[in-house]
Amino acid sequence: MQIKPILAAMRRHKAGTILIGFQIALTLAIVCNALFIIHGRMARVSRPSGVNETNLFVISNVWAGNLSDHETAVQIQADLDALLQLGSVEDATALNSFPLHGSGWDNIIRMKPDQIHMTTDSSIYLSDDHTLNTLGVKLIAGRNFTANEVQALSIQTMASWPVIIVSKDLATLLFPKGDALGKQIYATNNNTPSTIIGISDTLQSHMMDSDDNAFAYNAVLVPMREVGSGYIHYLIRARPGQLAAAMREAPKALIAQNRMRIFYANDGEVTFAKVRAKAYERDYGMAVLLVIVSAVLLAITAAGIVGLTSFWVGQRRRQIGVRRALGATQGDILSYFMTENLLIAVGGIVVGTLLAIGINLWMVTHYGVAYLSGSYLLVAAIALLLLGQGAVFAPALRASRVSPIEATRTA
Amino acid sequence: MLAYYLRLGLRSLRRNPVLTVLMVLAIGVGVAASMTTFAVFRAVSANPLPDKSSRLFVPQIDPWGPQARIDGSDIPDALTYTDAMALMRDRKGARQTAIYPINHTLIPDDVSREPFHVDGYAAYADFFPMFEAPFVYGSGWDHAQDDAHAAVVVISSQLNQQVFGGANSVGRSLRLDDHDYRIVGVMADWNPRPRFYDVNNDDGFSDPPDFILPFTHAVDTHTDTSGNDLCRGTTGRDPGWDGWLRSGCAWVSFWVELPDSTAVQAYRGYLQGYVAEQNRAGRFHWPAKTALFDLTQWLQQEKVVPPATRMSLLLSLGFFLVCLVNTVGLLLAKFMRRAGEIGVRRALGASRREIWLQFLAEAAMVGVAGGVAGLLFTGIGMLSIGLVFDPDIARLAHMSVSLMGLTLLCALVATVAAAFYPTWRAAHVQPAWQLKSN
Repeated sequence: MQIKPILAAMRRHKAGTILIGFQIALTLAIVCNALFIIHGRMARVSRPSGVNETNLFVISNVWAGNLSDHETAVQIQADLDALLQLGSVEDATALNSFPLHGSGWDNIIRMKPDQIHMTTDSSIYLSDDHTLNTLGVKLIAGRNFTANEVQALSIQTMASWPVIIVSKDLATLLFPKGDALGKQIYATNNNTPSTIIGISDTLQSHMMDSDDNAFAYNAVLVPMREVGSGYIHYLIRARPGQLAAAMREAPKALIAQNRMRIFYANDGEVTFAKVRAKAYERDYGMAVLLVIVSAVLLAITAAGIVGLTSFWVGQRRRQIGVRRALGATQGDILSYFMTENLLIAVGGIVVGTLLAIGINLWMVTHYGVAYLSGSYLLVAAIALLLLGQGAVFAPALRASRVSPIEATRTA
Repeated sequence: MLAYYLRLGLRSLRRNPVLTVLMVLAIGVGVAASMTTFAVFRAVSANPLPDKSSRLFVPQIDPWGPQARIDGSDIPDALTYTDAMALMRDRKGARQTAIYPINHTLIPDDVSREPFHVDGYAAYADFFPMFEAPFVYGSGWDHAQDDAHAAVVVISSQLNQQVFGGANSVGRSLRLDDHDYRIVGVMADWNPRPRFYDVNNDDGFSDPPDFILPFTHAVDTHTDTSGNDLCRGTTGRDPGWDGWLRSGCAWVSFWVELPDSTAVQAYRGYLQGYVAEQNRAGRFHWPAKTALFDLTQWLQQEKVVPPATRMSLLLSLGFFLVCLVNTVGLLLAKFMRRAGEIGVRRALGASRREIWLQFLAEAAMVGVAGGVAGLLFTGIGMLSIGLVFDPDIARLAHMSVSLMGLTLLCALVATVAAAFYPTWRAAHVQPAWQLKSN
């Protein structure tokens, strides 16, 4: 296929060529960044929490009336005992926060007391000897807490944490050689060391902000009861097949223990599946929105190409007739329009790639997103090339069917 | 003549219905995406107190020193109890209040009713006049009651409705946890958005507080903050409530009203002086930083406008741009196809101006139709923004008359602007050429 005559013809309708090229460029830039964001969001949505989420549910509870710290701790223990009495309940634990919850307590982790820079940041789960079993998270090294180790902690008490269990990812991050067990780290606010007595399998943090992605699997389990005025979350594992029954019975059992309590209105009792859905709602919504935006954009661009090419074909019926009369085959005409579109698309893609990188760099500086990888550019470029060829095919086919007689018709 | 051009336009648009529908839909979708995201953006970036925002300030004092800032954390966005109390004591502003969010359990007098959870704030008397809180019954408390640590409370009209059926409850008593409070005022519906005075703890768009009671009393009853307690830069504290109050943990918000720039300068000087004095007293061992933000700067500092809203606005504007480029192309094709017709009209004496009018009229019709489609799509967009934004934020955006007007206007202006180049080409068609070839 000779490209020279095509370029010469393009010079005759510069405006249309530039418009299609520009539209392809803008579409590429937007779709490419959209794909990148969609992929990022979906990767977040599909990451594992480490928790065995089936048959698990949460009751969020706040105390009515001023219980003293000691009374609260006693009440929590009584609550847990009452829950374990239920036939439908396999295990239960009290936590200050839990994976995917979004709010909770995070502390900086240091290796030495006089260290200025933090080593990392981690969720602090105030937990007990039943926590790992209830969550369905395996202990991969060391030992679990004992019931005697669980102390009470309120916002104003500054206790030391002599023993802690850390998640596998945190252990590896702090001790890359794999010798975390038995080591000391500094995770408290009062500069006292804590000894790692156990390492749990993968356990996600409560932190859900994309800013905290680096800390997403850092968790420190501390054998403590949250006895402040905030929420305490009972995580309850139902026996297989008895989730509904357990969710019905558990709140009643708690009220029977002490009615001076309030369950959190919207998720007083929610399955962990709902916790997950809620945690990733926005990510999912953003991905859906961007998929729609990208699809509509591609459709509009395709329609624009069809519209303008049809116009060109209509404008050049006589010339096509002349070429056909002079011996050009239908295939020649078809490939003329296909090639023309290919050239415009390539031009658009080159400009669009630069634009896409520009947009990405701008987002990197303003929104702290990651750098766009080349594969997104490649996928979007191929998609737009195919889209252009697909869109141009129908008008080009119509052009190829122009009869040589057209050459003689007008004028 | 315009009516005639509109008729011509309509006829031309009917000639290629597919192309016309395509243009109308593209403009409709583009404008709707922009309007929906704009509505959200407008809601979150609104000035909550436009007539006063330049006179309200947030002072900041660095209690932790440069060491704590190495990890990239800035000065904490709250004050320590110690610093907040010093600023309250010195009263260097026209008005000032320390604030912190608290929650309680409301225990109804009627024993048959279940206790329930209420959220509120502990603040000083200046809170109400300073933030222009409106009252239905009664008023806020006064400085003497601050000093007396009085057990008084101001409640929201919503709570008044819930507990007292909307009657004037001033003088009645309210039981929060283990303490009785005398109601001194019932506020009218009041929830500035963003709720600027608590954006350091909250997203700024949640439900209004149920109650506000004296800070001094809340501290007496050892009421914990229900907001953030920033303790990262501290190295330990004594146990118990007094240890907590004396600690380096930052958890008290502080607002000060400064009437003019002289007062602002004076207050900056006062803050510097205060810090220097703390240095001399040995509490700080570093040249501590201070800052003073006005309300709008504070909202920016606290990043109240979620990045997702700005990003989606830009995304939809980009989307709209593609739709417009598309429209330019399609209009160009449409207009140039009628080069022959233009040639005839020009030869018969129509001026370029007439051609301009004719084609812009046609484009305007596409624009109006696109605007109407845009209204429909914006309506759908409003129903589905909950997908992408936090419910607190999504509910702020709604279809208003101004938004509807803006949608139509944007569609019209954008389409006419898009038609400029195609119309220019049409107006410059050489009549002689067209007539010759036909």
